[in-house]
Amino acid sequence: MKEEIVIAGFGGQGVLSMGKILAYAGLMDKLEVTWMPSYGPEQRGGTANVTVILSDKPISSPVLDTFDTAVVLNQQSLDKFQSKVKPGGTLIYDPSGIHHLPTRTDIKIVPVDAMTAAIELNNSKTYNMILLGALLKTRPVVEIDAVLRGLKKTLPERHHHLIPLNEQALRKGMEMA
Amino acid sequence: MEDEIKLMKGNEAIAHAAIRYGVDGYFGYPITPQSEVLETLAELKPWETTGMVVLQAESEVAAINMVYGGAATGKAVMTSSSSPGVSLKQEGISYLAASELPALIVNVMRGGPGLGTIQPSQSDYFQATKGGGHGDYHLIVLAPSTVQEMADFVALGFDLAFKYRNPAMILADGVVGQMMEKVVLPPQRPRRTEEEIRSQCPWAACGKGGRGHRNVVTSLELDSAKMEENNLRFQRTYREIEQNEVRFQEYFTDDAEYLIVAFGSVARICLKAIEDAREKGLKIGLLRPITLWPFPTAEVARLAKNVKGILTVELNAGQMIEDVRLAVDGAVPVHHFGRMGGIVPNPNEVLEALSAHFNI
Repeated sequence: MKEEIVIAGFGGQGVLSMGKILAYAGLMDKLEVTWMPSYGPEQRGGTANVTVILSDKPISSPVLDTFDTAVVLNQQSLDKFQSKVKPGGTLIYDPSGIHHLPTRTDIKIVPVDAMTAAIELNNSKTYNMILLGALLKTRPVVEIDAVLRGLKKTLPERHHHLIPLNEQALRKGMEMA
Repeated sequence: MEDEIKLMKGNEAIAHAAIRYGVDGYFGYPITPQSEVLETLAELKPWETTGMVVLQAESEVAAINMVYGGAATGKAVMTSSSSPGVSLKQEGISYLAASELPALIVNVMRGGPGLGTIQPSQSDYFQATKGGGHGDYHLIVLAPSTVQEMADFVALGFDLAFKYRNPAMILADGVVGQMMEKVVLPPQRPRRTEEEIRSQCPWAACGKGGRGHRNVVTSLELDSAKMEENNLRFQRTYREIEQNEVRFQEYFTDDAEYLIVAFGSVARICLKAIEDAREKGLKIGLLRPITLWPFPTAEVARLAKNVKGILTVELNAGQMIEDVRLAVDGAVPVHHFGRMGGIVPNPNEVLEALSAHFNI
């Protein structure tokens, strides 16, 4: 098993942390993982992206040019990464703010209106967890239980009360995909 | 807990490994892409546990001179920075080498020259391996390609530095510094006691302490004959290091028709390219120098005998290629592929370069 994933969007949308939670979940499932962020000024509002690789074998390059799965959260990222999904791969995107829809016909395209769902959950910070849920439904590379254990391990104790809300968001995303 | 697998950035791994090695002092100044070293140390507050000093100096120059002072007393001391900051440290590094002092310097390289970019680069290869500062000296240069090696090379760097009384450098790049990966941290070692330092480092300037004399550490020697003797002694040490400490890793070299030589994160990108090439039936091998100085000259020469050509892949305009060409000595063609300014090539670009240079 090997899954090469890119997650891209505006800085502040939770792109890097979504990748981090996914990487931790991989760690919980005893997989090999790499998490390679863009670490430029993107973090302050431009386009940020992160490459996460999960594999049951040692991982060579943490830097890739094609991906099994792309999760794109804005138009720039959609335009940039649509062509980099391998044939037969998956593109998950949030349609809010997207004017030019994806055009590939040889990949699985999954729209997830995570923005609306996050508003319904009354917490915009659940946005990336909804998308992570959608990703895990479409590409079940790690168990949801591993994500929750990963969250418990990475979140400071004072934030543990937020885990049920995150689980709710994950499950909502899974339903939506 | 000691062998618990953790997920962290390369820079964070360096900070954790430094505390666990029992480092006495870290002196640094923040700069992207290595700021997490200092940040992680500040967060872990080792001064409350092991007693390790962590100090943000007023500049890189101050930090390296604090390292110089600390090292002269026999303490295990280190600094870290990124390319422009490491340029500032060069005078101090030359003094450390000339004073035969052990210390660890970490350079998480970013694109230059000048203030350049904050994105990954390997363009300080010349600076790290050929001197950097003035005078005939060498650093022991270790090039990590994984987060695990970022952690492991802290101990290796200090062990070698103390063994040969010579500063060591971890020459990493922005990719290895910023990426997260699994890491197993070493067990916590106690910091050495004053008595241990005194007995292990008879040269250390830490007072008379029953020796009857005070050690003086200096790089100054105005008597040219004596200064030449010093230089000859340094050179003997360098020959000894070349003899004993060459480290490298080979992948798929047994049946390789072409060889890639690459270090650090780029070696991993090349390995992926090689895996892809092998699926197409192309027999490519990889040599990854782990010590950039001493360079695995004999190993490159040995492998050159069995291949049709060599490609060096670096995040620079072609620096390590000079050492590869010296080793190959004209036996086979050696070409370079590199990206600069913070651009990291993907595995596909490596394959394209390989096929363009060797018509395969």
